[in-house]
Amino acid sequence: MLDLDPGKYGAFLWPAFAISALVIGWMVVDSLLSARRWRKEAQRLETLRSNALQSETGDRSLP
Amino acid sequence: MFQALANPQRFMDFSRWAAPLVGIIAAILIAIGLWLTFTVPEDYQQGDTVRMMFIHVPAAYMAMFCYACLGGASFMGLVFRHSLADAAGRACAPLGAGFTFLALVTGSLWGRPMWGTWWVWDARMTSVLVLFLLYIGYMALQAAIDDEVKAARAASILALVGLINLPIIKFSVDWWNTLHQPASVFRAGGPTMPPAYLWPLALMAIGYMALFGSLWMVRVRSEVWRKRANSLALQAAG
Amino acid sequence: MNGFWVMLRREMAMAWGRGGGPLLALTFFVATATLLPLAVGASPARLAAVAPGSAWLALALASLLSLERLFERDYEDGTLDLLALGPVPLEAVAFAKGLAQWLTNGAPLALAAPVVAVALGAELRLVPLIFVSALIGGLGLAFTGGIGAALSLGSKRGGVLIAVLVLPLFAPPVIFGAGAIEAFAGGLDWHPALGLLAAYGLAAAALGPFAMAAACRNALS
Repeated sequence: MLDLDPGKYGAFLWPAFAISALVIGWMVVDSLLSARRWRKEAQRLETLRSNALQSETGDRSLP
Repeated sequence: MFQALANPQRFMDFSRWAAPLVGIIAAILIAIGLWLTFTVPEDYQQGDTVRMMFIHVPAAYMAMFCYACLGGASFMGLVFRHSLADAAGRACAPLGAGFTFLALVTGSLWGRPMWGTWWVWDARMTSVLVLFLLYIGYMALQAAIDDEVKAARAASILALVGLINLPIIKFSVDWWNTLHQPASVFRAGGPTMPPAYLWPLALMAIGYMALFGSLWMVRVRSEVWRKRANSLALQAAG
Repeated sequence: MNGFWVMLRREMAMAWGRGGGPLLALTFFVATATLLPLAVGASPARLAAVAPGSAWLALALASLLSLERLFERDYEDGTLDLLALGPVPLEAVAFAKGLAQWLTNGAPLALAAPVVAVALGAELRLVPLIFVSALIGGLGLAFTGGIGAALSLGSKRGGVLIAVLVLPLFAPPVIFGAGAIEAFAGGLDWHPALGLLAAYGLAAAALGPFAMAAACRNALS
């Protein structure tokens, strides 16, 4: 079933699929990595803020 | 539906499960599509190169679809002045540009064995190239303005101007193409597409769309967190 | 309406006055056209084949030149703020600016276009149509360019940014303008192309000011 004998067309087929894989791969990786990075950053700053609030007021019941 | 999602918190709740789910659907569709891509019989005219149709046409279709989404997000951003709409626009553009780039590259590689040159200025490829330039312009404008809100607004205006111009550009390029004897634009499998080709094409097209949907949600989430982080940093400093 | 005419006169005076008026754009036009034979070789047949189209290309590029300063001076000295709040609607101000751009920049370029085209080898019988298509096309170029100029207000890299934004949008007028000349040269009907060019110009003049005003308000906010 796998009719994989492109012959002379191979020089065009493989780069086309390779580039598609690369660009789509970049899209996925870049999106996921930047989402993770900013989530961590926001959470880090959130923790800093709540620690600062807690230590200011001495109130451990704050978020 | 958009009203419900317009609330950032609700969007985050929704996308937390929706983005991975749609992503998995995309992966499955593309996997099956790729399997079919390599197992369908070769075209009697084009031989094995027809397999490139299954990564070129979906990419070209997404190039236009993403721009429509960009226009939609821009319209929402301008009319409702919603920060989530601005984020959606900013998130959409690189994905759209990526698909457009793929459409151009795969189009060139698909055409080379057939047309004998690496590039042909036919109507479709020229329109896609202009579309690519519109994406670049959008991203360049956003990058060139320091104030984020202003940048998003200016880029939204540009996106809408581009959206209105797109049919005009397409029309003018088509018109131009008939004026100058065009290279024959080949059709896979002759006058009608064999049913065997419809399945991989449809699966890849929907798979690409699902991929875009999932990644778009991921990128908007990223934008929401980035803005949250920025405002927290400002609070801490001030 | 009185306010509009005042605006138009002011814009034309500004456009004509700044930096030698259209001279800069004209020189750029001629200089760009000069590079063409240097780039492709002076063979008359080859040049003549691309003469009208190249003239149109150089025209489009030359139209970009004075766009950066279309809004900039008013933006920087605060006049744009006043205009935005004044009795004349900002859209009308934008329309006046676009019109002035066409009259003071586009019209001289349209006069130069046949000269340049003939110098590149176009036939003399094409001259009237080259002038007309450049003049009509200039309307679309001015207003489309004006949108780019307004969007780039307050940005870094003004001039090049405007070009990047606006050149893809120039595709239709370039296609129709050059296409009309090619059609005439080839003995075909040139009316549809010219009509489409005029339609594009009128649409740009009608809708452009709204985009320009929105962009200005955004930059001023």
